[in-house]
Amino acid sequence: MSEELIVARGLRKEFGEFTAVDGIDFSVKKGESFGLLGPNGAGKSTTMRIIGATSQRTSGSITILGKDPEEFGPQIRAHLGVVPQKDNLDEHLTVTENLFLYGRYFGLPGKVIRGKIDELLEFAQLTEKRDAKVESLSGGMKRRLTIARALVSDPDILMLDEPTTGLDPQARHILWDRLFRLKERGVTLVITTHFMDEAEQLCERLVVMDHGKIMAEGSPTDLIKEYSSREVLELRFGGDKNEEIASQLSSYCDRLEVLPDRVLLYADDAEGALERIMSAGMHPRTSLVRRSSLEDVFLRLTGRSLVE
Amino acid sequence: MRTVAHFGSRYVLQSRLYNMSKFFWVILFHAVANPFLYLVAIGVGVGNLVDNNMGSTGVDGVRYLVFLAPALLANAAVQGSMDETIFPTLGGFMWEKTFFGIRSTPLSGRQIAIGVFLAAMVRNFLTVLIYYGVLYAFGVMDGVRAWMTIPSALLAGAAFSAVMLAVAGGAKNEDNFFTFVGRFVIQPMFFLSGTFFPIDSMPIYLRWIGWISPLWHATDLGRYLSYGHATPTWLVVTHIAVLLTMIGAGLLTAVRVFERRLLK
Repeated sequence: MSEELIVARGLRKEFGEFTAVDGIDFSVKKGESFGLLGPNGAGKSTTMRIIGATSQRTSGSITILGKDPEEFGPQIRAHLGVVPQKDNLDEHLTVTENLFLYGRYFGLPGKVIRGKIDELLEFAQLTEKRDAKVESLSGGMKRRLTIARALVSDPDILMLDEPTTGLDPQARHILWDRLFRLKERGVTLVITTHFMDEAEQLCERLVVMDHGKIMAEGSPTDLIKEYSSREVLELRFGGDKNEEIASQLSSYCDRLEVLPDRVLLYADDAEGALERIMSAGMHPRTSLVRRSSLEDVFLRLTGRSLVE
Repeated sequence: MRTVAHFGSRYVLQSRLYNMSKFFWVILFHAVANPFLYLVAIGVGVGNLVDNNMGSTGVDGVRYLVFLAPALLANAAVQGSMDETIFPTLGGFMWEKTFFGIRSTPLSGRQIAIGVFLAAMVRNFLTVLIYYGVLYAFGVMDGVRAWMTIPSALLAGAAFSAVMLAVAGGAKNEDNFFTFVGRFVIQPMFFLSGTFFPIDSMPIYLRWIGWISPLWHATDLGRYLSYGHATPTWLVVTHIAVLLTMIGAGLLTAVRVFERRLLK
């Protein structure tokens, strides 16, 4: 399981004056689910397109399945399943026709594809919609169809760019469940997301990206352990008082972040910290004790929050 | 490593044919209703008037409908096949963005461009055959060489759709541009390319529109082929050369435009 399917070194992509990807190193092993976490504009999608062999790097090196995408684009793409940020299904055709024709683009014989369609429909929970036109499907169904479509060629790597952006909570959970099953089957996943909960759920290992650079790398738990405390205490004092009171709070925690609407106190025992703060005579309007998340890691690394 | 299939544009063609089959009745209606209207209104109505006034010599030595037929056929080919490159291309790049989906498979921009063009050629054939059938039913195509207007119409359809494939591939804003092309290029060209009357009967300062119009080249060629309209050899060669150049240049440009747009 240690075979490296993707290896990037000093990968860089410029669009004119703008540097979208600024010399990054990473690798993805077989069977791993790897995430690129970062805010919009961090360079995640550009990185995905380079891995997908549909965008050419400016400099640096990358191999996918041991091959250079600049030389072997079509051969590499034959092994990838790509779920783009925005669905690009054929809206006038039915669910089944979309799957069938996409399989044909890979040069698969019609018979082989027809044999797979039932299974794919079942996986995507679209069996009852098999003859429905795509334009009549809900957003969540279209997303699942796009994923099923990407699986029609039995790809070695499944790449998902912002898989649940724009979906309602219920549709997101259905989708996560489907992706989790793929992970269990040993499919190699590469996922970009700006949702920390998604990254925590789906990624075994991830890189945190900002302004085209990799800020940190590791498993969600390791990143939280390294860059944050076990727990976080969120306090709201209301009005403009947050900033004012913050200076008195620093002795109760390891680290402190003042956000416009609240103060975050990083401590291993947040409950205890809250008790001590209360007994010192400070009374926040609201208080919340929670576990640290990747959001806190991102805040620590960049000084900004992920979803703005 | 998996092998990549040769002639991948056939898969794009297949996909386009699936799409076309959803609009089968619309396509058929266009192909039948348009000639019907023109034949009844202009061919028969105006035709009788013209024939009665021109006496036995007719227009260009033949009945007005025979004179008109190659132009109508070429125009139908142009309209039908042009629709089949413009709209799928705008959809593929801007509306549903399906081309970007295809681009993530082993297929290339070149194969997508050619596949779309091939599908337009299927529409070209169907339109011309149906239209020809209607003309035949109206007794217009009773000359021995009448069928020879078919290749000239097909050439016109291919030439236009190849050029429009490249133009639509480069379009960033669909609405205004194609309304403009339709109203100020295609329509005037249809009326001023010697379609309804010989180009010589236009004032000299308007004839250049006909000369630069590919539709005129196809129409004049069709008249030469189908009933022997007097055309010097050099002009016949020019007609064919102009249309072939449009096909070649259109396709080459389209392939480049598609490749560039799909590889960021």
